[in-house]
Amino acid sequence: MSGITRDEVAHLAKLARLDLTDDELDRYSAQIDQILDAVAKVAEVADKDVAATSHPVVMENVFRDDVVTPGLSAQEALAMAPAREGDRFRVPRILDEE
Amino acid sequence: MSADVLRMSAASLAAALAGKQITAEEVTRVFLERIRDVDPQIHAFLRIDEEGALATAREVDRRRDGGENLPRLAGVPVAVKDVMTTVGMPTTVGSAILDGWEPPYDATIVAKLRDNLMPILGKTNMDEFAMGSSTEHSAYGPTRNPWDTDRIPGGSGGGSAAALAALEVPLALGTDTGGSIRQPAAVTGTVGVKPTYGSVSRYGLVALASSLDQAGPCARTVMDAAMLHEVIAGHDPRDSTSLPDPVPDFVGAARRADVGGVRIGIISELTGDGYQAGVMQRFTEAVETYRGLGADIVEVSCPNFSYALAAYYLILPSEASSNLAKFDAMRYGLRVGDDGIATVEQVMARTRDAGFGAEVKRRIMLGTYALSSGYYDEYYGQAQKVRTLVQQDFDAAFEQCDVLISPTCPTTAFRLGEKLEDPLAMYLNDIATIPVNLAGNAALSLPVGLAPEDGLPVGLQIIAPHRQDQRLYNAGAALEAALEDQWDRPFIEGLQ
Repeated sequence: MSGITRDEVAHLAKLARLDLTDDELDRYSAQIDQILDAVAKVAEVADKDVAATSHPVVMENVFRDDVVTPGLSAQEALAMAPAREGDRFRVPRILDEE
Repeated sequence: MSADVLRMSAASLAAALAGKQITAEEVTRVFLERIRDVDPQIHAFLRIDEEGALATAREVDRRRDGGENLPRLAGVPVAVKDVMTTVGMPTTVGSAILDGWEPPYDATIVAKLRDNLMPILGKTNMDEFAMGSSTEHSAYGPTRNPWDTDRIPGGSGGGSAAALAALEVPLALGTDTGGSIRQPAAVTGTVGVKPTYGSVSRYGLVALASSLDQAGPCARTVMDAAMLHEVIAGHDPRDSTSLPDPVPDFVGAARRADVGGVRIGIISELTGDGYQAGVMQRFTEAVETYRGLGADIVEVSCPNFSYALAAYYLILPSEASSNLAKFDAMRYGLRVGDDGIATVEQVMARTRDAGFGAEVKRRIMLGTYALSSGYYDEYYGQAQKVRTLVQQDFDAAFEQCDVLISPTCPTTAFRLGEKLEDPLAMYLNDIATIPVNLAGNAALSLPVGLAPEDGLPVGLQIIAPHRQDQRLYNAGAALEAALEDQWDRPFIEGLQ
């Protein structure tokens, strides 16, 4: 087993901004441990001298002409906002109490 | 007439429309009525756009009456997987976090359907954010397999495949990140194509894993898939990973349908142990059919495919955890717990817990783990090396063969609920489709009959090298025609 602990999964959830319930933590800890155990198989190729592939097709840098094209209007961009104030997104407070 | 329309291929419908034997409005109404009749049982659609579809159909009829030369598939209805943005129709990606979200722009491939005057009947159901092989992970309830409504229609594109199998639509779009077009096609007895990576625009697709995602056509015949593929393929300046190549003649390749002298390789790692007996039986018969058609059958080995599933389940969650970071409850989508006291981070975390389903949360955490410092080299770095090895296996195999084949899936459709609490068992269903996404080449699944033990469809996968998608249509159409001769009828006539 990969031996990932419940505390480590709780930390991952915090990093990933997931406010998990205790029930979820119990369930996911066991499942993630099992999955990590299965995928750890990739370590078997460790000593092989192979390059990493991040993209399936080799591509050069892709540029476009630097011309101004129409974008979304403020009204279109805000149309689906969960909360707004005037022409801006309204967000919860950014700073903590302290 | 309406029963005939339902069973007609898209190619025949297009011909009947062009010959004015039927109007686009009549065709569209027949399918809308079918959806009303059967979709309450199947649940292939998340929403129907009756008005929009009929407006397009009437435009086709008006312009055709005016003597205009229209695109080949003008007036042939189509359905769109809910991962593609559509103006005027909500796009949820099967997730509660995007419930009711109306995107401000069309995906490029949706715009192409509109340019080709194809009535869009609606949006099809899918596993949430395309994570799953059963469509059970949709926040809006599962889709059922028309062959047996206690069984899954595959996933993530189970909605598009089930809609085709239930005769609700003649054509549909899907996306394939690890098999989400091909596996649903296999288990519903339909045809699905995953094009070469980059050959169809990803602009306006809600990204799952950007280096693996590819949109493609879903249909009931190989020719129909070729026709739809030609509509959606091609370079898009809005997708910088899209290939600049001209679109090959897929329809011509499907028409040629000749495998005389074509070298077909059976991938030995993707047969045998772990594959259902009836799946292997139909696959072996199809190989014999190919031999009878004059193809050279060879066996090839791709030893590194045994690492492909493991590499995929590191690369995919890693990319997905990054892509899904944008669902932060600030600019669009669900927002939960914004009580004026909670901080922005608390609101994000509450929203994401409430808005994402179990499989999405599992994969986000897996990806976060695989990308975290200290584990990066061990997991993500190693997985990327496997990706190179899988590509090298394909390169070596294609030195001996023109196309490769395997069963599309190890089993026929499993039962709803059977693998829901066992993610690893669910993942194994994609063992034969995943290597193609890692390497970025093209593949097609077509039905090769029913497994004797359960009477459910079996799919055969054909794989072509990068940018050689036309080989899929040639080899696929040849097998399809030969099997129809053997069965004395097209496969789709088995559909109810």
